Amino acid sequence: MNIVVCVKYVPDAQSERSFEPDNTTERESVDGLLSELDEYAVEEALAIAEAGDAEVTVLTMGPEAAAAAVKKSLQMGAHKGIHINDEAIAGSDAVATSRVLAAAIDKIGGVDLVLTGLGSTDGTMSVVPAMLAERLGLPQVTFASELSVDGGTVRIRRDGDVASETVEASLPAVVSVTDQINEPRYPSFKGIMAAKKKPVETWSLADLGVDAGEVGLGAAWTTVVSIEQRPPRSQGEIVTDEGQGGAALAEFLTSRKFA
Amino acid sequence: MAEVLVLVDHVDGTVRKTTTEMLTAARRLGEPSAVFIGTGFDAARDTLARFGAVKAYRIESAEVTDHLVAPAAEALAQLVERTSPVAVLLPSSLDGKEIAGRLAIKTSSGVLTDAVDVQPTDGGVQVTKSVFAGDFEAVCASTHGSPVVTVKPNSIAAEEAPAELADEVVEVTVSDAARTARIVERSAKQQTGRPALSEAAIVVSGGRGTGGDFGPVETFADTLGAAVGASRAAVDAGWYPHSSQVGQTGVSVSPQLYVAAGISGAIQHRAGMQTSKTIVAVNKDPEAPIFEMVDFGVVGDLFQVLSQAADTISGS
Ligand SMILES: Cc1cc2nc3c(=O)[nH]c(=O)nc-3n(C[C@H](O)[C@H](O)[C@H](O)COP(=O)(O)OP(=O)(O)OC[C@H]3O[C@@H](n4cnc5c(N)ncnc54)[C@H](O)[C@@H]3O)c2cc1C
Repeated sequence: MNIVVCVKYVPDAQSERSFEPDNTTERESVDGLLSELDEYAVEEALAIAEAGDAEVTVLTMGPEAAAAAVKKSLQMGAHKGIHINDEAIAGSDAVATSRVLAAAIDKIGGVDLVLTGLGSTDGTMSVVPAMLAERLGLPQVTFASELSVDGGTVRIRRDGDVASETVEASLPAVVSVTDQINEPRYPSFKGIMAAKKKPVETWSLADLGVDAGEVGLGAAWTTVVSIEQRPPRSQGEIVTDEGQGGAALAEFLTSRKFA
Repeated sequence: MAEVLVLVDHVDGTVRKTTTEMLTAARRLGEPSAVFIGTGFDAARDTLARFGAVKAYRIESAEVTDHLVAPAAEALAQLVERTSPVAVLLPSSLDGKEIAGRLAIKTSSGVLTDAVDVQPTDGGVQVTKSVFAGDFEAVCASTHGSPVVTVKPNSIAAEEAPAELADEVVEVTVSDAARTARIVERSAKQQTGRPALSEAAIVVSGGRGTGGDFGPVETFADTLGAAVGASRAAVDAGWYPHSSQVGQTGVSVSPQLYVAAGISGAIQHRAGMQTSKTIVAVNKDPEAPIFEMVDFGVVGDLFQVLSQAADTISGS
């Protein structure tokens, strides 16, 4: 079985944010890493590979530094990597991202399972998996908190806010997984050494047959008109409980008409 | 006036609060047309009309409801084609966002998710979103097609504006490709008798500090008529269901009042509650980061503090 895991290189959530004059995220000075939510997808792919026979390819698009996301996945145990790196993709929105990833999955060919995380830790739109399925014409089996692959069928549990659903589809399919599904492994020393010898290909948009005019900030169907830091919340009253803390809380809530 | 399509969020015809909020937002842009997928329209009709829906398109085919997301996106795309709406509004739920994503590609339109406000601009639509764990607020616009917008629950105050509602049953064609992911089982979530987390005016959450005993959190929540939430640490420990997790990988809430008990205030937790109007924390560590953002905080043991607060409120 051929599994492709789509991963994203994201700025560290703990770091300070700033923005370029065109309202895109300033990424140069910020430390980045493999999106933690994608580690669950890599782990799930490895578990499937270990239980049967599968080749796991990690796929990322992003600037030079995004190679770190591929590297980490290879260290965890993925077999090979593909990095789409092209100046023209900077500033791509979800629509363009799905366009590029879909073209890459087509080029890889013979893919049985496309795995992704539930969303990126920076953009958090959670729409790319659905868009990929739309573009590839494959079944969309998303937000899996449990996943099983049996023969040619994939089955998941999807927990929504009003119901929990069991969803089933035939392979090939696009599957996104939540952080409930497994506990991602840390790369072992052996894994780190082995990763050095694993093949990584770098592709440009031309390699994918995608026109540069279809992607990037200029081609985005949405724009950021303005972006502003929310005024930091100012700290209100803090009381230390010396026997009357609960009463003080009750009084605050009553004064604000919550009780 | 041009139409605005609103995908109705409902459970067997019981209209969820998000729908009334979306209809309110839709009225700022044009004439709201409700798109009702599934069964139970008769139960929904009055509420839709009361919040200003002028039309309702009813899609009842089981082909749509028995398959994940894709058929609903096809149905909406057919309505977009027919009505050329100013915008399509959907709830920011798992399904809502994914339908939006597919619809955007089908109709070559920009997609904006998690809007906390929606406003008209000349000929278009602008939305406000809260980004990067709620630290920033961005105003975004769609530059292509009929903007597809998902609206965050509890962000826009619903206002009634009774309208004459005309409904129409719409036959949609669902392609084979859209029927590939089958929903083979659906079990409704257990009812707790408490308000739904994303819609609640008050949320009381417990974290690792509860040590696994959510009793005081629940009692305090019930005194206030609140929903109960949990941090990921509490969920991972198996103390509370994942559907109650507040934060980046759980539910994002924006109630009038949020109470965090025994929760430290990690960035991933803040991402799901930072836009709450009033924030209160109870934590025994005076250095806990959650205190940086509270309107009122008690440094103390949550078991003592919550019980005393609940008793004081019930007694008064
Ligand atoms: C990719 C990713 C996604 C994540 N998504 C989420 C998410 O969606 N939601 C989320 O919540 N977290 C999320 N996290 C985890 C997050 O980083 C924190 O680990 C988590 O929020 C901590 O939960 P906590 O505050 O309950 O526990 P802790 O950080 O352990 O805090 C417990 C607090 O309880 C206090 N305490 C202990 N005993 C008492 C007592 N008797 N009375 C009063 N106070 C007491 C302590 O002083 C402490 O401040 C995510 C992490 C990652 C990496």
